[in-house]
Amino acid sequence: MFQKMTIEDCLEVERQDLVKESLKEIERVDKVLKSFITVLDEERIEIDEGPFKGIPIAIKDNIVTKDVRTTCASKILENYVPPYDATVVRKLKKAGFAIVGKTNLDEFAMGSSTERSAFFVTRNPWDLSCVPGGSSGGSAAAVASGEVVAALGSDTGGSVRQPAAFCGIVGFKPTYGLVSRYGLVAFASSLDQIGPMTKSVKDAAILMQIIHGRDPLDSTTVDVKMDFLSHIEQGIEGFRFAVPVEVYEYEGLDKEVAERFEECIKLIEKLGGKVERVKIPTLKYAVATYYVIAPAEASSNLARYDGVKYGLRVEKSGLKETYSVTRTMGFGEEVRRRIVLGTFTLSATYYEAYFNKAQKVRRLLANDLSSVFDQFDAILTPTSPIPAFKIGSITDPLAYYLMDVFTTFANLAGVPALSVPFGFAQGLPVGVQVVGKRFEDPKVLRIGRSIEKFSPYNENGRIPLPVVRV
Amino acid sequence: MRFKTVIGLEIHVQLSTETKAFCSCTANVFEIPANTAVCPVCTGQPGALPVVNAEMVDYAIKLALALNCKVNEYSRFDRKNYFYPDLPKGYQISQYFYPLAVGGHLDIDVDGTTKRVRIRRLHLEEDAGKLMHEGDSITQARYSLVDMNRCGVPLVEIVTEPDLSSPREARIFTEKLRSILRYLKISSGDMEKGALRCDANISIVDLDRNVSSNRVEVKNMNSFKFIEKALEYEEQRIKEALVRGENVEKETRGWDLSTKTTVSMRGKEEESDYRYFPEPDIPPIVVSKERIEKLKLSLPELPDQKKQRFAREYGLPEYDASVLTADESIANFFEACVRLSGKPKETSNWIMTEMLREMKEFESGELKIKPEHIAELIRLVDRGEISIKTAKEIFPEMFRTGKMPIQIVEERGLKQLSDEHAIVEIARKVLEENPHVVSQYKSGKTNVISFFVGQVMKQTKGTANPKLVNDVLRRLLEG
Ligand SMILES: [Zn+2]
Repeated sequence: MFQKMTIEDCLEVERQDLVKESLKEIERVDKVLKSFITVLDEERIEIDEGPFKGIPIAIKDNIVTKDVRTTCASKILENYVPPYDATVVRKLKKAGFAIVGKTNLDEFAMGSSTERSAFFVTRNPWDLSCVPGGSSGGSAAAVASGEVVAALGSDTGGSVRQPAAFCGIVGFKPTYGLVSRYGLVAFASSLDQIGPMTKSVKDAAILMQIIHGRDPLDSTTVDVKMDFLSHIEQGIEGFRFAVPVEVYEYEGLDKEVAERFEECIKLIEKLGGKVERVKIPTLKYAVATYYVIAPAEASSNLARYDGVKYGLRVEKSGLKETYSVTRTMGFGEEVRRRIVLGTFTLSATYYEAYFNKAQKVRRLLANDLSSVFDQFDAILTPTSPIPAFKIGSITDPLAYYLMDVFTTFANLAGVPALSVPFGFAQGLPVGVQVVGKRFEDPKVLRIGRSIEKFSPYNENGRIPLPVVRV
Repeated sequence: MRFKTVIGLEIHVQLSTETKAFCSCTANVFEIPANTAVCPVCTGQPGALPVVNAEMVDYAIKLALALNCKVNEYSRFDRKNYFYPDLPKGYQISQYFYPLAVGGHLDIDVDGTTKRVRIRRLHLEEDAGKLMHEGDSITQARYSLVDMNRCGVPLVEIVTEPDLSSPREARIFTEKLRSILRYLKISSGDMEKGALRCDANISIVDLDRNVSSNRVEVKNMNSFKFIEKALEYEEQRIKEALVRGENVEKETRGWDLSTKTTVSMRGKEEESDYRYFPEPDIPPIVVSKERIEKLKLSLPELPDQKKQRFAREYGLPEYDASVLTADESIANFFEACVRLSGKPKETSNWIMTEMLREMKEFESGELKIKPEHIAELIRLVDRGEISIKTAKEIFPEMFRTGKMPIQIVEERGLKQLSDEHAIVEIARKVLEENPHVVSQYKSGKTNVISFFVGQVMKQTKGTANPKLVNDVLRRLLEG
């Protein structure tokens, strides 16, 4: 059954019909699910010779694709057709993967529910009245529902991991600098990373094997070659795990999510891991720090959308008015909120008090984490304090931002972090987060694989997937 | 009232690297068709990222070393945020918090004395594009077009301390800087083509009351002459305001070529907040001691060093040495000439007067004149084969055509007559034809000899050796 197929499964079968099957499934469910902003016609789908020839995947619509519209789910780029391929896209194409479409997101990846797409809301395949999470909600829904075999998302403060948790799939944010950002439309450049969203941990490792590595076009990439696959089945015996006490101190933690998390800790101990509670004092400042740094960088990154070169232009009598009306009409409320916030914190008067202070806290947090990793192999938390919520149910921006409570610190410190499904809360998937030391990405996936392999909620180590009825 | 003028400069230099600052487009974009040297990076396409051009950093380090700056081991790029259609990313990548180099100096010659001008900082940044307005002016244009070829061309910005005390010093400083840029072969230094752009901050101190005027920034001075003219105008304008007891606005003014005045561009209240912050797409630049040492060793002999050597080695006056070394190709030409002629002072005279005069009219391309020409010219004069006057006369033809001097002399029949018998013959004839002047001479009016000299020169079409003519005439008249 195509919908349940992983990359590994695809390698075992004849592959010439997979793209057709994917398009058929999209045709069947996407009018309800709305994962995709753009679906390619079959004849437009390029398939190169490569070991993964013909395996259909989806790309989040903030990663540029040559000659294929890339919108960032924003009116301002509604008709933007990039002149080049992102490095990750080029690598995946070369490996043979077939890109069938571009998935929905919160506008410019600013959000945690995909409700802030300028075009439409994507639905959670487990419960169509719920959000799929975000901002890579389209990719998460497309993978979980089986419209595609796997997808790429981008993660600035949890945007791969949280929707993966909400949709019950695997989502991985690599170490900062491991995957090229060339062609990822920048939200917050010092935090953004592209990561795989898949139906198994092994699939995430397969995609990482292909997309990681130094890119001469992105000077923040690091020259390391990693082996993601050789040790992935080797278990976690003797590994030491830290659980931040801050997780338990957080009042908004859902009771059932907390229960699944406890069960997961028990499982890890059973598998030979040692789990300890630790205090990471700077952790509680992570969300505040993130919401200073990310909007500041965003305010600068989004300055290029001015109506001069490409994208929406609302022509008015003068230059200033054209800028102002174009940007007011082109950007949604959340994007404008963050641009204003970032412009404020970077202004000469407030730079010290906000941006510079946030940079200092960021360094302290990285130091704190680094001393944790001197003693532990990984940190464990729930990915999100709550499971997927009803579409439209969270309207207060602050409550919305607090969903990132367990995810942003990994971006601030640039460390690898994985969300792996572990059971359900209120009938919706729960994700457990494994955070590792910088450049120990393969170890993080190996831990994730152990959880996946032995989770009592999985069948023969396979993650349960929803069936979408339309 | 007694005044003191205080000027500081901010100079932008386009580096002549092969490619742009952060992408692989060509950096040589002068007068090529609009928007043909562009790519996703320099046009600010979504998702494109900058990558630092190492050659650009090397060029800037060389300049920093030539200006006696301290090259920082750690420097960093920052974003300078503002909106303008020629700035595709909505920010300029520059260096604000940690510049590449700081604390240098450049010595300039002002009327025979040396003045030290301190350099505050030197940093890298990228150029913006160019706007072309329909019609005559920006205010009347129905539309404007953007040419992004220049976007991302590497620039070095040099900021001096306010050590310059006259518009002339500002001009001399900028000229000296251009000379260094050309010696280093890192920029054309052409102000007219925008490869060297100079902005100035000027203020005037009233020495009697010991108060300073506000600082005025002057822009749009796109030639060495205009630097001096604009600042002279501004200096006068501020002084007059001080005399009238008026307040001088802190503002930015631009040199207006048509009216030869400066006009207000923007006032203090319009100052922008550029919201500088570290460029997250580019890791810090770490310059190793080895790299600095290597670049230091690669530096050519610079104008000041060459000048000192010329004075020492060739026994030239300091003025000659400094004129000859202002341009490296002239300095090299001089040295090649001296190797052939063995006469430094004569060579220097010919180059400084005749040759540099001809150079002013010279458009471009390869010079037809070679060191051999001047060496031969000196030899002909020395041997008395031609007079200095003749030599000066044929210089323009020699410069323009590249013909050897001897050829021109022969073609024009200008060879100097040094044959004593021939001169004696002509002199006798002249004396015979003017008996009354001869008697004037004999009666004591010896200055009429110049009349006879003139007559002999006329008969020989100016080719006779004047000294010999003089001697012969004296001998005949007194013998
Ligand atoms: Zn370019």
